Amino acid sequence: MIRKQERVVFTFHTTTDAMAAEIQCKDLGGRMIPVPGEITADCGLAWCAEPQLEEVLRSALNTAGIPVQGVYRLMI
Amino acid sequence: MIYFDNAATTLQKPECVLWAVIEAMGTFGNPGRGVHEPAMAASRAVYDARCALAQLFHGENPARIAFTANATEALNIAIKGILNPGDHVITTAMEHNSVLRPLYELEDRGAELTILPADDRGRIDYNAISASIRDNTRAIVCTHGSNLTGNLLDIGKIGAIAKAHGLLFVVDASQTAGVFPIDVQKMGIDILCFTGHKGLLGPQGTGGLYVREGVDVRPLLTGGSGVQSHSKTHPAQMPTALEAGTLNAHRLAGLNAAVPWLLETGIDTLRQKELDLMWAFYEGVREIPEITVYGDFSARERCPIVSLNVRDYDSAQVSDALFSQFGIATRPGAHCAPLMHDALGTGSRGGVRFSFSHYNTMEEIKIAIAALREIAREE
Repeated sequence: MIRKQERVVFTFHTTTDAMAAEIQCKDLGGRMIPVPGEITADCGLAWCAEPQLEEVLRSALNTAGIPVQGVYRLMI
Repeated sequence: MIYFDNAATTLQKPECVLWAVIEAMGTFGNPGRGVHEPAMAASRAVYDARCALAQLFHGENPARIAFTANATEALNIAIKGILNPGDHVITTAMEHNSVLRPLYELEDRGAELTILPADDRGRIDYNAISASIRDNTRAIVCTHGSNLTGNLLDIGKIGAIAKAHGLLFVVDASQTAGVFPIDVQKMGIDILCFTGHKGLLGPQGTGGLYVREGVDVRPLLTGGSGVQSHSKTHPAQMPTALEAGTLNAHRLAGLNAAVPWLLETGIDTLRQKELDLMWAFYEGVREIPEITVYGDFSARERCPIVSLNVRDYDSAQVSDALFSQFGIATRPGAHCAPLMHDALGTGSRGGVRFSFSHYNTMEEIKIAIAALREIAREE
Protein backbone atom coordinates (compact mmCIF):
# COMPACT_ATOMS: atom_id res chain seq x y z
CA MET A 1 0.00 0.00 0.00
CA ILE A 2 1.01 3.64 -0.43
CA ARG A 3 0.91 5.51 2.88
CA LYS A 4 -0.32 9.11 2.45
CA GLN A 5 1.13 12.08 4.33
CA GLU A 6 0.65 15.81 3.99
CA ARG A 7 3.30 17.33 1.76
CA VAL A 8 4.03 20.66 0.12
CA VAL A 9 4.54 20.34 -3.62
CA PHE A 10 6.12 22.91 -5.93
CA THR A 11 5.47 22.62 -9.67
CA PHE A 12 7.34 24.25 -12.54
CA HIS A 13 6.70 25.35 -16.11
CA THR A 14 9.67 23.50 -17.58
CA THR A 15 12.08 20.71 -16.76
CA THR A 16 14.84 23.32 -16.85
CA ASP A 17 13.18 25.28 -14.04
CA ALA A 18 12.73 22.03 -12.13
CA MET A 19 16.42 21.20 -12.47
CA ALA A 20 17.37 24.68 -11.30
CA ALA A 21 15.02 24.18 -8.34
CA GLU A 22 16.62 20.89 -7.40
CA ILE A 23 19.99 22.61 -6.98
CA GLN A 24 18.45 25.22 -4.67
CA CYS A 25 16.27 22.85 -2.67
CA LYS A 26 18.26 19.65 -2.27
CA ASP A 27 20.11 20.77 0.85
CA LEU A 28 16.98 22.25 2.42
CA GLY A 29 14.91 19.09 2.29
CA GLY A 30 12.63 17.13 0.02
CA ARG A 31 13.03 15.43 -3.32
CA MET A 32 11.85 15.48 -6.92
CA ILE A 33 8.68 13.53 -7.68
CA PRO A 34 6.41 13.14 -10.73
CA VAL A 35 3.69 15.82 -10.66
CA PRO A 36 0.83 14.23 -8.64
CA GLY A 37 -2.43 13.56 -10.44
CA GLU A 38 -4.30 15.76 -7.93
CA ILE A 39 -2.58 18.75 -9.52
CA THR A 40 -2.63 17.67 -13.14
CA ALA A 41 -2.21 14.43 -15.01
CA ASP A 42 0.99 15.87 -16.44
CA CYS A 43 4.34 14.21 -16.93
CA GLY A 44 6.42 16.93 -15.36
CA LEU A 45 8.63 17.14 -12.30
CA ALA A 46 7.69 18.58 -8.91
CA TRP A 47 9.60 19.25 -5.68
CA CYS A 48 7.99 17.50 -2.71
CA ALA A 49 8.87 18.26 0.91
CA GLU A 50 7.53 18.20 4.44
CA PRO A 51 4.94 20.97 4.92
CA GLN A 52 6.95 22.95 7.47
CA LEU A 53 9.60 23.56 4.80
CA GLU A 54 7.24 25.52 2.55
CA GLU A 55 8.41 28.99 3.50
CA VAL A 56 12.12 28.23 3.43
CA LEU A 57 11.76 26.56 0.03
CA ARG A 58 9.63 29.42 -1.33
CA SER A 59 12.22 31.88 -0.15
CA ALA A 60 15.11 29.93 -1.68
CA LEU A 61 13.37 29.62 -5.05
CA ASN A 62 12.36 33.27 -5.01
CA THR A 63 15.89 34.41 -4.15
CA ALA A 64 17.28 32.31 -6.99
CA GLY A 65 14.73 33.77 -9.42
CA ILE A 66 13.26 30.40 -10.35
CA PRO A 67 9.67 30.69 -11.62
CA VAL A 68 7.26 28.47 -9.68
CA GLN A 69 4.09 27.37 -11.44
CA GLY A 70 2.19 26.47 -8.28
CA VAL A 71 2.52 25.50 -4.61
CA TYR A 72 0.14 22.86 -3.23
CA ARG A 73 -0.61 21.11 0.05
CA LEU A 74 -1.54 17.54 -0.71
CA MET A 75 -2.05 14.22 1.00
CA ILE A 76 0.21 12.05 -1.08
CA MET B 1 48.07 12.13 -40.34
CA ILE B 2 48.01 15.87 -39.81
CA TYR B 3 44.52 17.26 -39.29
CA PHE B 4 43.98 20.82 -40.49
CA ASP B 5 40.20 20.70 -40.95
CA ASN B 6 39.15 22.00 -37.56
CA ALA B 7 36.75 24.56 -39.04
CA ALA B 8 34.70 21.58 -40.23
CA THR B 9 34.95 19.80 -36.89
CA THR B 10 37.64 19.51 -34.27
CA LEU B 11 39.08 16.01 -34.38
CA GLN B 12 40.65 15.77 -30.95
CA LYS B 13 38.33 16.34 -28.00
CA PRO B 14 39.43 16.51 -24.37
CA GLU B 15 39.45 13.00 -22.93
CA CYS B 16 36.80 13.98 -20.38
CA VAL B 17 34.38 14.54 -23.29
CA LEU B 18 34.80 10.98 -24.56
CA TRP B 19 34.33 9.48 -21.11
CA ALA B 20 31.27 11.63 -20.41
CA VAL B 21 29.57 10.34 -23.56
CA ILE B 22 30.45 6.73 -22.78
CA GLU B 23 29.15 7.02 -19.23
CA ALA B 24 25.98 8.74 -20.44
CA MET B 25 25.33 6.01 -23.00
CA GLY B 26 25.30 3.44 -20.23
CA THR B 27 23.37 5.33 -17.57
CA PHE B 28 21.03 7.98 -18.96
CA GLY B 29 17.27 7.79 -19.16
CA ASN B 30 15.19 10.33 -21.05
CA PRO B 31 15.92 13.89 -19.93
CA GLY B 32 12.80 15.61 -18.65
CA ARG B 33 10.64 12.56 -19.08
CA GLY B 34 10.59 11.06 -15.60
CA VAL B 35 11.87 11.35 -12.07
CA HIS B 36 13.69 8.06 -11.61
CA GLU B 37 17.44 8.26 -11.26
CA PRO B 38 18.40 7.49 -14.89
CA ALA B 39 16.05 10.24 -16.13
CA MET B 40 17.28 12.65 -13.48
CA ALA B 41 20.91 11.94 -14.36
CA ALA B 42 20.16 12.90 -17.96
CA SER B 43 18.19 15.99 -16.93
CA ARG B 44 20.97 17.16 -14.63
CA ALA B 45 23.62 16.81 -17.35
CA VAL B 46 21.48 18.77 -19.81
CA TYR B 47 20.84 21.46 -17.22
CA ASP B 48 24.52 21.66 -16.29
CA ALA B 49 25.39 22.08 -19.98
CA ARG B 50 22.94 25.00 -20.18
CA CYS B 51 24.58 26.56 -17.12
CA ALA B 52 28.08 26.20 -18.58
CA LEU B 53 27.03 27.74 -21.91
CA ALA B 54 25.13 30.58 -20.24
CA GLN B 55 28.34 31.30 -18.30
CA LEU B 56 30.50 31.14 -21.43
CA PHE B 57 28.23 33.47 -23.42
CA HIS B 58 27.18 35.66 -20.46
CA GLY B 59 23.50 34.86 -20.94
CA GLU B 60 21.00 36.04 -18.32
CA ASN B 61 20.22 32.53 -17.14
CA PRO B 62 20.51 28.90 -18.27
CA ALA B 63 16.87 28.76 -19.43
CA ARG B 64 17.77 31.09 -22.30
CA ILE B 65 19.92 28.34 -23.89
CA ALA B 66 17.96 25.91 -26.10
CA PHE B 67 19.64 22.88 -27.61
CA THR B 68 19.50 21.76 -31.23
CA ALA B 69 21.28 19.17 -33.36
CA ASN B 70 23.62 21.74 -34.92
CA ALA B 71 24.05 25.40 -35.80
CA THR B 72 22.04 24.98 -39.00
CA GLU B 73 18.97 23.93 -37.02
CA ALA B 74 19.53 26.78 -34.58
CA LEU B 75 19.80 29.31 -37.42
CA ASN B 76 16.66 27.96 -39.09
CA ILE B 77 14.78 28.30 -35.80
CA ALA B 78 16.09 31.84 -35.29
CA ILE B 79 15.58 33.13 -38.82
CA LYS B 80 12.21 31.51 -39.51
CA GLY B 81 11.02 32.17 -35.98
CA ILE B 82 11.38 35.95 -35.98
CA LEU B 83 10.79 37.02 -39.61
CA ASN B 84 7.48 37.38 -41.43
CA PRO B 85 6.49 38.16 -45.01
CA GLY B 86 6.96 41.90 -45.56
CA ASP B 87 9.87 42.12 -43.11
CA HIS B 88 13.23 43.34 -44.37
CA VAL B 89 16.39 41.63 -43.16
CA ILE B 90 20.06 42.53 -43.64
CA THR B 91 22.85 39.97 -43.96
CA THR B 92 26.32 39.78 -45.54
CA ALA B 93 28.15 38.01 -48.35
CA MET B 94 30.34 36.38 -45.68
CA GLU B 95 27.56 34.00 -44.69
CA HIS B 96 27.40 30.24 -44.78
CA ASN B 97 24.47 28.59 -46.55
CA SER B 98 22.95 27.82 -43.15
CA VAL B 99 22.16 31.55 -43.00
CA LEU B 100 21.67 32.24 -46.71
CA ARG B 101 19.32 29.40 -47.62
CA PRO B 102 16.76 30.04 -44.85
CA LEU B 103 16.85 33.72 -45.85
CA TYR B 104 16.35 32.91 -49.56
CA GLU B 105 13.43 30.70 -48.54
CA LEU B 106 11.85 33.58 -46.63
CA GLU B 107 12.52 35.92 -49.54
CA ASP B 108 10.46 33.56 -51.71
CA ARG B 109 7.66 33.89 -49.15
CA GLY B 110 7.63 37.68 -49.24
CA ALA B 111 10.45 38.89 -47.00
CA GLU B 112 12.89 41.48 -48.35
CA LEU B 113 16.60 40.68 -48.24
CA THR B 114 19.66 42.90 -48.44
CA ILE B 115 23.02 41.15 -48.73
CA LEU B 116 25.91 43.48 -47.97
CA PRO B 117 28.70 42.82 -50.49
CA ALA B 118 32.24 41.81 -49.59
CA ASP B 119 35.32 43.20 -51.33
CA ASP B 120 38.04 41.07 -52.92
CA ARG B 121 39.59 40.45 -49.50
CA GLY B 122 36.26 39.39 -48.05
CA ARG B 123 35.58 42.54 -46.03
CA ILE B 124 32.26 44.33 -45.69
CA ASP B 125 31.68 48.06 -45.24
CA TYR B 126 30.10 48.67 -41.83
CA ASN B 127 28.67 52.00 -43.04
CA ALA B 128 26.56 50.04 -45.51
CA ILE B 129 24.63 48.45 -42.62
CA SER B 130 23.03 51.66 -41.41
CA ALA B 131 22.53 52.82 -45.00
CA SER B 132 20.55 49.64 -45.73
CA ILE B 133 18.06 50.02 -42.89
CA ARG B 134 14.48 50.65 -44.01
CA ASP B 135 11.21 51.31 -42.22
CA ASN B 136 10.34 47.61 -42.37
CA THR B 137 13.78 46.27 -41.37
CA ARG B 138 13.29 43.69 -38.66
CA ALA B 139 16.71 42.11 -38.14
CA ILE B 140 20.39 41.87 -38.93
CA VAL B 141 21.67 38.31 -39.32
CA CYS B 142 25.40 37.77 -39.67
CA THR B 143 28.33 35.54 -38.92
CA HIS B 144 30.87 36.31 -36.25
CA GLY B 145 33.70 34.84 -38.33
CA SER B 146 33.97 33.73 -41.95
CA ASN B 147 34.42 29.97 -42.33
CA LEU B 148 36.40 30.66 -45.51
CA THR B 149 38.76 33.57 -44.82
CA GLY B 150 38.70 33.47 -41.03
CA ASN B 151 38.00 37.18 -40.85
CA LEU B 152 35.87 38.40 -37.98
CA LEU B 153 32.97 40.79 -38.05
CA ASP B 154 32.86 43.30 -35.21
CA ILE B 155 29.64 41.99 -33.71
CA GLY B 156 29.77 44.50 -30.87
CA LYS B 157 29.69 47.30 -33.42
CA ILE B 158 26.88 45.69 -35.43
CA GLY B 159 24.96 44.95 -32.23
CA ALA B 160 25.12 48.64 -31.33
CA ILE B 161 23.76 49.58 -34.78
CA ALA B 162 20.95 47.06 -34.35
CA LYS B 163 20.06 48.40 -30.90
CA ALA B 164 20.14 52.02 -32.11
CA HIS B 165 17.55 51.16 -34.77
CA GLY B 166 15.45 48.77 -32.68
CA LEU B 167 16.40 45.73 -34.80
CA LEU B 168 16.86 42.15 -33.71
CA PHE B 169 20.46 40.94 -33.99
CA VAL B 170 21.11 37.29 -34.82
CA VAL B 171 24.70 36.00 -34.80
CA ASP B 172 26.07 32.80 -36.32
CA ALA B 173 28.92 31.83 -33.99
CA SER B 174 29.68 28.51 -35.67
CA GLN B 175 33.37 29.36 -36.10
CA THR B 176 33.87 31.39 -32.95
CA ALA B 177 31.95 29.81 -30.05
CA GLY B 178 34.55 28.47 -27.64
CA VAL B 179 37.33 30.35 -29.44
CA PHE B 180 36.55 34.05 -29.00
CA PRO B 181 34.95 35.76 -26.00
CA ILE B 182 31.27 36.38 -26.65
CA ASP B 183 29.19 38.47 -24.27
CA VAL B 184 25.65 38.43 -25.61
CA GLN B 185 24.50 41.20 -23.29
CA LYS B 186 27.41 43.61 -23.87
CA MET B 187 27.40 42.92 -27.62
CA GLY B 188 23.65 43.48 -27.98
CA ILE B 189 23.03 40.00 -29.36
CA ASP B 190 19.39 38.89 -29.33
CA ILE B 191 19.96 35.38 -30.67
CA LEU B 192 23.31 33.57 -30.75
CA CYS B 193 23.47 30.33 -32.75
CA PHE B 194 26.28 27.89 -32.06
CA THR B 195 27.49 24.41 -32.83
CA GLY B 196 28.96 22.10 -30.22
CA HIS B 197 31.48 20.17 -32.28
CA LYS B 198 33.93 22.82 -33.48
CA GLY B 199 35.52 25.30 -31.09
CA LEU B 200 33.39 24.08 -28.20
CA LEU B 201 35.13 20.68 -28.55
CA GLY B 202 31.96 18.67 -27.97
CA PRO B 203 30.37 15.86 -30.00
CA GLN B 204 28.76 16.27 -33.41
CA GLY B 205 24.97 16.41 -33.18
CA THR B 206 25.07 19.17 -30.57
CA GLY B 207 24.36 22.85 -30.98
CA GLY B 208 21.91 25.43 -29.82
CA LEU B 209 20.85 29.00 -29.50
CA TYR B 210 20.81 31.67 -26.86
CA VAL B 211 17.65 33.80 -26.99
CA ARG B 212 17.53 37.06 -25.06
CA GLU B 213 14.80 37.42 -22.49
CA GLY B 214 11.83 39.17 -24.11
CA VAL B 215 12.54 37.91 -27.65
CA ASP B 216 9.79 35.61 -28.90
CA VAL B 217 10.84 32.97 -31.41
CA ARG B 218 8.21 30.93 -33.22
CA PRO B 219 9.19 27.26 -32.84
CA LEU B 220 10.12 25.28 -35.93
CA LEU B 221 8.88 22.06 -34.34
CA THR B 222 6.21 21.29 -31.77
CA GLY B 223 5.41 18.07 -29.99
CA GLY B 224 6.58 16.22 -26.91
CA SER B 225 7.84 18.45 -24.14
CA GLY B 226 7.58 16.44 -20.93
CA VAL B 227 5.45 19.21 -19.40
CA GLN B 228 1.99 20.77 -19.94
CA SER B 229 0.96 17.58 -21.73
CA HIS B 230 -2.77 18.32 -21.81
CA SER B 231 -2.32 21.67 -23.51
CA LYS B 232 -3.07 21.71 -27.23
CA THR B 233 -0.17 24.06 -27.77
CA HIS B 234 3.53 23.57 -27.20
CA PRO B 235 4.82 25.28 -24.01
CA ALA B 236 5.82 28.91 -24.54
CA GLN B 237 8.51 28.97 -21.86
CA MET B 238 12.18 28.79 -22.80
CA PRO B 239 13.97 26.53 -23.40
CA THR B 240 11.11 24.02 -23.81
CA ALA B 241 9.50 26.29 -26.41
CA LEU B 242 12.29 25.49 -28.88
CA GLU B 243 13.05 21.89 -27.84
CA ALA B 244 10.26 19.60 -29.05
CA GLY B 245 11.15 15.94 -28.73
CA THR B 246 13.78 14.09 -26.74
CA LEU B 247 17.07 15.93 -26.46
CA ASN B 248 20.37 14.34 -27.42
CA ALA B 249 21.36 13.92 -23.77
CA HIS B 250 24.12 11.40 -24.48
CA ARG B 251 26.02 13.87 -26.61
CA LEU B 252 25.03 16.86 -24.51
CA ALA B 253 26.80 15.06 -21.67
CA GLY B 254 29.93 15.35 -23.80
CA LEU B 255 29.29 19.05 -24.38
CA ASN B 256 28.74 19.36 -20.64
CA ALA B 257 32.27 18.06 -20.13
CA ALA B 258 33.77 20.13 -22.97
CA VAL B 259 32.54 23.59 -21.97
CA PRO B 260 33.74 23.40 -18.35
CA TRP B 261 37.07 22.11 -19.71
CA LEU B 262 37.26 25.20 -21.93
CA LEU B 263 36.30 27.52 -19.09
CA GLU B 264 38.93 25.96 -16.85
CA THR B 265 41.67 25.88 -19.49
CA GLY B 266 40.82 29.36 -20.75
CA ILE B 267 39.72 30.08 -24.31
CA ASP B 268 42.19 32.98 -24.53
CA THR B 269 45.11 30.64 -23.87
CA LEU B 270 43.89 28.13 -26.45
CA ARG B 271 43.17 30.82 -29.04
CA GLN B 272 46.63 32.38 -28.72
CA LYS B 273 48.18 29.00 -29.47
CA GLU B 274 45.89 28.57 -32.47
CA LEU B 275 46.74 32.04 -33.74
CA ASP B 276 50.48 31.40 -33.31
CA LEU B 277 50.07 28.30 -35.49
CA MET B 278 47.94 30.11 -38.05
CA TRP B 279 50.32 33.06 -38.36
CA ALA B 280 53.36 30.78 -38.71
CA PHE B 281 51.58 28.94 -41.47
CA TYR B 282 50.51 32.18 -43.16
CA GLU B 283 54.03 33.63 -43.02
CA GLY B 284 55.37 30.40 -44.49
CA VAL B 285 52.97 30.14 -47.43
CA ARG B 286 52.67 33.81 -48.39
CA GLU B 287 56.30 33.75 -49.52
CA ILE B 288 55.63 30.98 -52.04
CA PRO B 289 55.05 32.77 -55.38
CA GLU B 290 52.76 30.08 -56.79
CA ILE B 291 50.36 30.37 -53.86
CA THR B 292 47.46 32.82 -53.52
CA VAL B 293 46.16 33.39 -49.99
CA TYR B 294 42.63 34.80 -49.54
CA GLY B 295 41.23 37.16 -46.97
CA ASP B 296 42.34 40.02 -44.78
CA PHE B 297 45.43 39.47 -42.61
CA SER B 298 45.76 43.02 -41.30
CA ALA B 299 44.69 42.13 -37.74
CA ARG B 300 46.17 39.40 -35.52
CA GLU B 301 42.80 38.45 -34.04
CA ARG B 302 41.00 36.32 -36.60
CA CYS B 303 39.73 32.76 -36.82
CA PRO B 304 42.62 30.28 -37.15
CA ILE B 305 41.87 29.70 -40.82
CA VAL B 306 43.98 30.17 -43.97
CA SER B 307 42.43 29.51 -47.38
CA LEU B 308 44.60 29.40 -50.47
CA ASN B 309 45.10 28.11 -53.98
CA VAL B 310 48.19 26.79 -55.71
CA ARG B 311 48.93 28.00 -59.25
CA ASP B 312 45.76 27.55 -61.31
CA TYR B 313 45.16 24.09 -59.86
CA ASP B 314 41.72 22.95 -58.87
CA SER B 315 41.36 23.12 -55.08
CA ALA B 316 40.03 19.56 -54.91
CA GLN B 317 43.16 18.22 -56.63
CA VAL B 318 45.45 20.12 -54.27
CA SER B 319 43.56 18.95 -51.19
CA ASP B 320 43.62 15.38 -52.50
CA ALA B 321 47.36 15.57 -53.14
CA LEU B 322 47.93 16.95 -49.65
CA PHE B 323 46.17 13.99 -48.09
CA SER B 324 47.16 11.19 -50.45
CA GLN B 325 50.84 12.17 -50.71
CA PHE B 326 51.51 13.94 -47.42
CA GLY B 327 48.75 12.79 -45.03
CA ILE B 328 47.51 16.34 -44.48
CA ALA B 329 43.72 16.74 -44.09
CA THR B 330 42.26 19.99 -45.47
CA ARG B 331 38.97 21.05 -47.01
CA PRO B 332 38.68 22.07 -50.68
CA GLY B 333 35.73 23.41 -52.63
CA ALA B 334 33.06 25.96 -51.80
CA HIS B 335 32.77 25.50 -48.01
CA CYS B 336 29.02 26.29 -48.26
CA ALA B 337 30.01 29.96 -48.67
CA PRO B 338 29.15 30.72 -52.31
CA LEU B 339 28.92 34.51 -52.04
CA MET B 340 32.27 34.75 -50.30
CA HIS B 341 33.90 32.68 -53.05
CA ASP B 342 32.30 34.97 -55.63
CA ALA B 343 33.78 38.00 -53.84
CA LEU B 344 37.23 36.40 -53.72
CA GLY B 345 37.04 35.36 -57.37
CA THR B 346 37.23 31.67 -56.52
CA GLY B 347 33.71 30.73 -57.53
CA SER B 348 34.74 28.15 -60.11
CA ARG B 349 37.64 26.32 -58.44
CA GLY B 350 37.02 27.00 -54.76
CA GLY B 351 39.91 27.12 -52.32
CA VAL B 352 41.95 24.86 -50.04
CA ARG B 353 41.15 25.64 -46.42
CA PHE B 354 43.63 24.99 -43.62
CA SER B 355 42.06 25.39 -40.18
CA PHE B 356 43.93 24.93 -36.92
CA SER B 357 43.19 23.91 -33.38
CA HIS B 358 45.11 24.09 -30.12
CA TYR B 359 46.34 20.51 -30.39
CA ASN B 360 48.15 21.12 -33.70
CA THR B 361 51.91 21.71 -33.52
CA MET B 362 54.55 23.94 -35.14
CA GLU B 363 56.17 20.79 -36.51
CA GLU B 364 52.92 20.03 -38.38
CA ILE B 365 52.88 23.59 -39.71
CA LYS B 366 56.41 23.17 -41.09
CA ILE B 367 55.49 19.87 -42.75
CA ALA B 368 52.44 21.48 -44.39
CA ILE B 369 54.45 24.44 -45.72
CA ALA B 370 57.04 22.05 -47.15
CA ALA B 371 54.28 19.95 -48.75
CA LEU B 372 52.79 23.03 -50.40
CA ARG B 373 56.23 24.03 -51.73
CA GLU B 374 56.52 20.57 -53.20
CA ILE B 375 53.08 20.71 -54.83
CA ALA B 376 53.74 24.22 -56.13
CA ARG B 377 57.01 23.01 -57.72
CA GLU B 378 55.52 20.08 -59.54
CA GLU B 379 54.66 21.73 -62.84
